[in-house]
Amino acid sequence: MEIIIAVAIGVLTGSGLWLLLRPRTFQVIIGLALISYATNLFIFGMGRLRSNAPPILEPGGSSDLATLADPLPQALVLTAIVISFAMTALFLVVLLASRGLTGTDHVDGRETDL
Amino acid sequence: MTVLADHLIILPIVLPLLAGAFLLLLDDRRRPVKAALTILVAIALLVIAVTLLFRASGSTALAETVSYRLGDWPAPFGIVLVLDRLSAVMLVLTSILALAALVFSLARWHRAGPHFHTLFLFLLVGLNGAFLTGDLFNLFVFFEVLLAASYGLVLHGMGVVRVKAGLHYIVVNLAASTLFLIGVSLIYGVTGTLNMADLATRIPGLNDTDRMFMEAGAAILGVAFLVKAGMWPLSFWLPTAYAAASAPVAAIFSIMTKVGVYIILRLSLLLFGPGAGESAHFGSEVLLYGGMATIAFGLVGVLATQTMSRLAGYSVLVSSGTLLAAIGVGNAAATSGALFYLVNSTLAVAAFFLLTELVERGRDPGADVLAVTMEAFGYTDEDDITEEVEVGERIPTILAFLGGSFVACALLLAGLPPLSGFLAKFALMSAIMDPAGFGTGGPQFVVTWVLIALLILSGLSAMLAMTRIGIQTFWSPLEIAVPGVRGVEVVAVSFLLLLCVALTMAAGPVLDFMEDTAMSLHAPAAYIDSVLPNGGASRGATP
Repeated sequence: MEIIIAVAIGVLTGSGLWLLLRPRTFQVIIGLALISYATNLFIFGMGRLRSNAPPILEPGGSSDLATLADPLPQALVLTAIVISFAMTALFLVVLLASRGLTGTDHVDGRETDL
Repeated sequence: MTVLADHLIILPIVLPLLAGAFLLLLDDRRRPVKAALTILVAIALLVIAVTLLFRASGSTALAETVSYRLGDWPAPFGIVLVLDRLSAVMLVLTSILALAALVFSLARWHRAGPHFHTLFLFLLVGLNGAFLTGDLFNLFVFFEVLLAASYGLVLHGMGVVRVKAGLHYIVVNLAASTLFLIGVSLIYGVTGTLNMADLATRIPGLNDTDRMFMEAGAAILGVAFLVKAGMWPLSFWLPTAYAAASAPVAAIFSIMTKVGVYIILRLSLLLFGPGAGESAHFGSEVLLYGGMATIAFGLVGVLATQTMSRLAGYSVLVSSGTLLAAIGVGNAAATSGALFYLVNSTLAVAAFFLLTELVERGRDPGADVLAVTMEAFGYTDEDDITEEVEVGERIPTILAFLGGSFVACALLLAGLPPLSGFLAKFALMSAIMDPAGFGTGGPQFVVTWVLIALLILSGLSAMLAMTRIGIQTFWSPLEIAVPGVRGVEVVAVSFLLLLCVALTMAAGPVLDFMEDTAMSLHAPAAYIDSVLPNGGASRGATP
């Protein structure tokens, strides 16, 4: 399980980074989205990967911490998802404004001469 | 009464948050009401911040650190706000800048786009929160609040230039935020805590593998803050974004680089102080050399730039670099000099951003570029000199004010006597040269001299560039156009500059205060005790 998650994070980050360095604003925003997915998975992984381990204590259930998952990274992931989603939406607006004002979707607002 | 006073700490966050949210309900046409309310909030924040400053400076204790547990959860589990001298100073500085920028914006800028006041207040929420929080993830949340508001503010007034600069600014900061998250989660994964004080108690006991991961996490976290602070290879976005932002926004942005510097100062001294075992002084070389590279880059930028607003942007870089290098030097005297320099340079740069807009208002766009280009081609406008020689020509009051303020800004930024810029730089240099600073963990002899040379050169370059731009602007314009300046704008600029003058006059007590602050930062035990009254032992208890 660890190796799959690790490879997934690596692939997402790598593709995101490549897209982030591309000249089109749409590529940049997709790149940012991919990187934030990778980050969210990474935060989740920092609570250690466990299956069949609930993150909450139930009355009458086991109070042995070894059988429980760490709830904090999951809460952090939720916060991070909300924030990165909002920021992506905000960036989308700026992207459209830039497209409207400059008439091109190049990140510098003008095409580079080849 | 004591109960009320205890809750005062949360007000710098809650007050602008509530006021900003309330202003959203008001229609943008009722702008005078909104402006009045925002300024009232800013004044209240200033009063609160000054009260907190007196509280934190305490009477006798070396560090009167106050921690405030949100929801009264015990410390390592709940989120804490921590007020010490450093955060109180930053709060006061923020509210001073906010007040000046808001008063300045009354003249015209607050009409340039929707929801200016709300965004501004939310920016204050983020800034104050980042200065007060004692929890790493909470810091991330306040950073995002601050950044989200700043994205809106950098676009305030719109236009192609702002949208282009804003686009780059947003991408860079979003990427930095991801790094922030990665660093925080890596640190949590290794140490199991997000509370800064708790983290400081756990770092000395880490085993080698964990220590490696923790240091990697701290380094990634540091990169995120260094992007904010504008350290050299991470700073190319900064001058463009700051130059493009409208004047009051740029003025308040001058403290945003200082947020990065503040966090680096706090975390490097708290987590990687002398008591951190093998991790002690982690990253101080990076800060020192990076800071020096930033000064060099800013210095060249200051000399090469052709417009006043970009000059101000590069001055921000120079001041960031100076601060980072001073933190990298890592002795208490250098830290106290750096704190004095921080206050001084923030006020000066903010005043300069405001002034820039006033001066450039009366000129053709591109006049600077034209003037420099003409100089380069050896073309002087001798043909334009007319015969009418007016003996004792009357200088308009506004030009006199602008010129005088410009000279004051130049003196402050270059660090020349008699203003506080000189005192700040002098305190810094004498601390760096102090033989006691050459001890353990300090930089080598050569590096110290290179740093001092860079500091002096950066002052020289600021002087050269300011003189050149000043002569072009005030002494030899192609045609004299007196810009229309409102009274409130004069008030805002003079407020900031007079504060610098006051800083010069009260330099003794202020430096003493900064010394105490630096001492308490270099001895973080009081901070940790205040946050964790039972020490690290409370970790054993079940949540």
